[in-house]
Amino acid sequence: MSDTIHIKPFLRLSGLEPLVVRPETNFVNIGERTNVTGSKKFARLIRENKLEEALSVARQQVESGAQVIDVNMDDALLDGVVAMREFINLMQSEPDIAKIPLMIDSSKFEIIEAGLKCVQGKCIVNSISMKEGEQKFIEQALICQAYGAAVIVMAFDEKGQADTEDRKVEICHRAYKILVDQVGFDPQDIIFDPNIFAVATGLEEHNNYGVDFINATRRIKELMPLTGISGGVSNLSFSFRGNETVREAMHSVFLLYAIKAGMNMGIVNAGALVVYDEIEPKLRELCENVILNRNNDNNEATEALITFAETVKAKGKVEVKNEAWRGTSVEERLKHSLVNGITDFIDIDTEEARQKYPRPLEVIEGPLMAGMSVVGDLFGAGKMFLPQVVKSARVMKKSVAWLTPFIEEEKRNNPNALNGNVKKILLATVKGDVHDIGKNIVGVVLGCNGYDIVDMGVMVPTDKILDTAEREQADIIGLSGLITPSLDEMVNVAHEMKRRGMTQPLLIGGATTSRMHTAVKIAPQYDNGVVHVLDASRSVTVAGSLLAVDQKAPFLEKITQEYIKLKHDFDNKKVVKAYLPFPDAQANQVKIGWEAYKAVTPTFTGTKVFRDYDLGELREYIDWKPFFISWELHGNFPAILTDDKVGDAATKLYKDANDLLDKIVGEKWLSAQGVVGYWPAAKIAGDTIEVSRATGKIHLESLRQQIQKAPGQPNLSLSDFIKPAEYLKEGETDYLGAFSVTIHGIEPHIKRFEAALDDYNKIMLQALADRFAEAFAEALHSRTRKEFWGYVKDETLSNEELIKEQYVGIRPAPGYPACPDHTEKYKLFDLLGGEEATGIHLTESLAMYPASSVCGWYFSHPQSQYFGVGKIQPDQFEDYLSRKGMDRADLERWLRPVME
Amino acid sequence: MSTIQQELEKRILVIDGAMGTMIQRYKLSEEDYRGERFKDWPSDVKGNNDLLNLTQPQIITEIHKQYLDAGADILETNTFSSTSIAMADYDMQSLAYELNVAAAKCAREAIRQSGKQAWVAGAIGPLNKTLSLSPDVNNPGFRAVTFDEVVDAYYEQVKGMVDGGVDLLLIETIFDTLNAKGAIFAIKKFFRETGTETLPIMISGTITDASGRTLSGQTLEAFYTSVAHARPLSVGLNCALGAKEMRPHIAELSQIAGCYISAYPNAGLPNAMGEYDEDPVQTGHFLEDWAKEGFVNIVGGCCGTTPDHIKHIADNVRKLAPRKRPVVDKELA
Repeated sequence: MSDTIHIKPFLRLSGLEPLVVRPETNFVNIGERTNVTGSKKFARLIRENKLEEALSVARQQVESGAQVIDVNMDDALLDGVVAMREFINLMQSEPDIAKIPLMIDSSKFEIIEAGLKCVQGKCIVNSISMKEGEQKFIEQALICQAYGAAVIVMAFDEKGQADTEDRKVEICHRAYKILVDQVGFDPQDIIFDPNIFAVATGLEEHNNYGVDFINATRRIKELMPLTGISGGVSNLSFSFRGNETVREAMHSVFLLYAIKAGMNMGIVNAGALVVYDEIEPKLRELCENVILNRNNDNNEATEALITFAETVKAKGKVEVKNEAWRGTSVEERLKHSLVNGITDFIDIDTEEARQKYPRPLEVIEGPLMAGMSVVGDLFGAGKMFLPQVVKSARVMKKSVAWLTPFIEEEKRNNPNALNGNVKKILLATVKGDVHDIGKNIVGVVLGCNGYDIVDMGVMVPTDKILDTAEREQADIIGLSGLITPSLDEMVNVAHEMKRRGMTQPLLIGGATTSRMHTAVKIAPQYDNGVVHVLDASRSVTVAGSLLAVDQKAPFLEKITQEYIKLKHDFDNKKVVKAYLPFPDAQANQVKIGWEAYKAVTPTFTGTKVFRDYDLGELREYIDWKPFFISWELHGNFPAILTDDKVGDAATKLYKDANDLLDKIVGEKWLSAQGVVGYWPAAKIAGDTIEVSRATGKIHLESLRQQIQKAPGQPNLSLSDFIKPAEYLKEGETDYLGAFSVTIHGIEPHIKRFEAALDDYNKIMLQALADRFAEAFAEALHSRTRKEFWGYVKDETLSNEELIKEQYVGIRPAPGYPACPDHTEKYKLFDLLGGEEATGIHLTESLAMYPASSVCGWYFSHPQSQYFGVGKIQPDQFEDYLSRKGMDRADLERWLRPVME
Repeated sequence: MSTIQQELEKRILVIDGAMGTMIQRYKLSEEDYRGERFKDWPSDVKGNNDLLNLTQPQIITEIHKQYLDAGADILETNTFSSTSIAMADYDMQSLAYELNVAAAKCAREAIRQSGKQAWVAGAIGPLNKTLSLSPDVNNPGFRAVTFDEVVDAYYEQVKGMVDGGVDLLLIETIFDTLNAKGAIFAIKKFFRETGTETLPIMISGTITDASGRTLSGQTLEAFYTSVAHARPLSVGLNCALGAKEMRPHIAELSQIAGCYISAYPNAGLPNAMGEYDEDPVQTGHFLEDWAKEGFVNIVGGCCGTTPDHIKHIADNVRKLAPRKRPVVDKELA
């Protein structure tokens, strides 16, 4: 009989054959090409259901030395569960593939579980984390354990992804204790991913990310020697996308140090790893400086590597695409680039055209305008869509930027050479309003159509708009606004234009504007043409009509007649609506069985602030439909992606958006700040809610529907959803909540995109920041219901159901239909700890800045619902005025949108 | 009464032999299988050996009793096919739970009658549908059953066995490891959901031929790695091979597994008539050799073995020391 056998605590995995990860194993290569997020080819094969070919991608991985194969099916266009199941089942019937262990990779746990159900061997799950709290983490770990899988644990907790050395170690240690002590995991079945982030991004706070990872790895291995360390190495070199030489060198250098520290597996393209010693010494040293953050004060190391990268890029590999169009004439090439939004060759082609044409301006007026007019035609014919047009505009801008110095030079040499033939359009978002995505899009689209755009930005006072218009001799003035007070501001601009005796037409656009409001309120103020423009695509025809000498008069005549008729209808319709005397409306409030109702007590009262909320989590809450609408693509998500007409454009846009999202989240471009609060509240007489906080009481005033309702239908007011004081027993109270959220940090990136003449990404970023703010509001509302206030603890709504507002309770915002009085926002912000809580600033029009901000009240009663107050009558105004204690004229101004 | 773990530290335990072989000796007719309760059952049921737990429980108890008398310490319940999936062949899906309860009771009754200490292992068979293999050669991605269906079927079986009073759960004759993982998942789920005291799990795979792999293609070590998360009391091999062919695999397994090792081979390979004809003395010698080598903790027989085989095995290993379990290190050094 032999001596006692020892079984070592190694990570043991299996496919058809075993894989034992021993200390001397050094580094386990994980094949990454069977990942739809990482390999375009694989994604395409899966989408096109070419599974045999997709299998060959897997086979190649094994043949080129992958020891574990990563499979990821996270693609919006795929049913991830089905795709994972089908592909893994197929892989399992190929012994030459199935022999190595699988890594099942998804951000969605149901996809992971679907994969686990198909594999006989011992897999690795990639990944689980504590980002949704310990309970979810334990739950998922138990499931992994029941399937007998090892797990990758991301260094991620409720507060977000760990970026510093200490946080990485701390989170991993906490996860370890939970897995080993509570779940009963074998320590060797735990692999940590302490997050590899991009370095050399230009942001100094990113410079130490490489060092943080390496040091954290070393400490984790000391603290928990049986565990493994893995990571997605390609993240590191994200800033050098497209420059494979530099990327591979960075990976190689990084791995050398990370492996020494204890990293023992990683997702890498094994075939594309350059041997450390074969890296050009200069490049190697630059990479070491950047990764180890040496000699990097003021980004010196980063700058040096970037400079060097430029030199290798030129000799780098050129991707083989269909380049047949490169053989055509320069005019055709410019057109091709414009129509297809390709910037790669625009500088050389522009230069070639410049040398061909006698004057640089003729390049613009000739081939560039010809190309843009094709774009315009295609757009008009519905064959191109806004996102593509914006990309075309980016190409145009770059080309014009190339030509500008030559044009300037010509101007200096020959001042008479230019005759200002280009029409000028001035655009501005009015005073007090900060929203400008729509205005930016209009600017781009008009710019594409050959107009000279003067964009004055946001929060522009009337005088400044009009002074500039006069000085610049603008041919058209366009105003934009999103919030209701902006409507008054536009009326004011029109009024001022008349007073100054201006002559140029005025365009009105933006989300709260309407043809009716323009006709009834703005048009009567100004006689030289006021036109409401529904969206960016209409702006082109409207501007065209207004600026063509022979069309302007008949066009304006037609609009004026239309508006007069609208105003007439409006004035007549007014009479038809019947309103209740205010006391009757109050008496017809919502009937709620208050005797039987007992409010759920929130887990805390007062406020809770969220700093740097995890964007990755918020991403899951994004409602895509409004995103597509902001790009003038209408339809439901995700159906829009496969729509016959706009499907291709939507898919491309969605992909670009997700690529940008990856960067925003991965490189932390933006930060989400939020606050929620809950307080005891009671309805005290009339339409007033009394909120109690430690420092005293605040009265919230609400407006009530006053229109005559159908029998049995109540006249709603938000105050109806709070339990009246007279029903409250001794010691009992109802509660009211509030929140505000905002997305900071967009400005430097906007500036960068502007500098790069990249409107496409600029608008994209703005639109995504808005989506993040809304997603944040959704996330906090969800946690309010389930966690903080906890009045529906067992809620299980999908994101789709959330978007359809199928939740219990509401979160109306001051200034929106249920509570149209913007000034209540002061109280909301006061309750939530003022502007300091989130850094949101209120403008004089009570718009919130940063523009991507959302606030609102929380009502929890199950009968609470969204509604519109509609118009109110003078008797309610008087009552409200006495309650608010404001200046009459002030309140009149604020309530004008709801007054007759 | 000592626990099975205590006994395993002291001696080699003996598991019983074939049930089917013994049932054949009774030469039962269709009527015998049907009994009173199923006399009007629409389909033929002869050959549904598990049904006898309900219709001829005294026969099953008697066979168990013979194995106990021969020296078995562990009785396998007559439940190889007692799952809703396997019973579908006889349209008897709905009986799955009941069959398992009855089978456990038969084994318990035999132990009660014999008065000796023995353990009842609920036998969990491999199913007639596999999760890793496609029954359609032209569609390799197709599966005739889903993981969830397998888990549900095993869950019901486990519930029946536990309610009927088994001491152990034996996942056996595994030719597709994924089916076994389904069984492990079901067992864990059952104990987690019901909160009943967990029972030890025994796992026994099947190496189908000289390639040394399971039918689903795994090597022995890969197989063991894939089921180790069950934290089994024992792991081992049964069926398909006779002791002679099984020896190298048992030798390998005994080197890599941290738990106890079980082995219950067939009575040789089937002859031209499809019958197993290895002499009990021969079988006894083979297993005695394994015991001397320190390969095994639990031994017995599978297809073709009889109480006579078990008696020889039991007699031959009785005086031999059990395999010493390896030390499972908690640290790398």
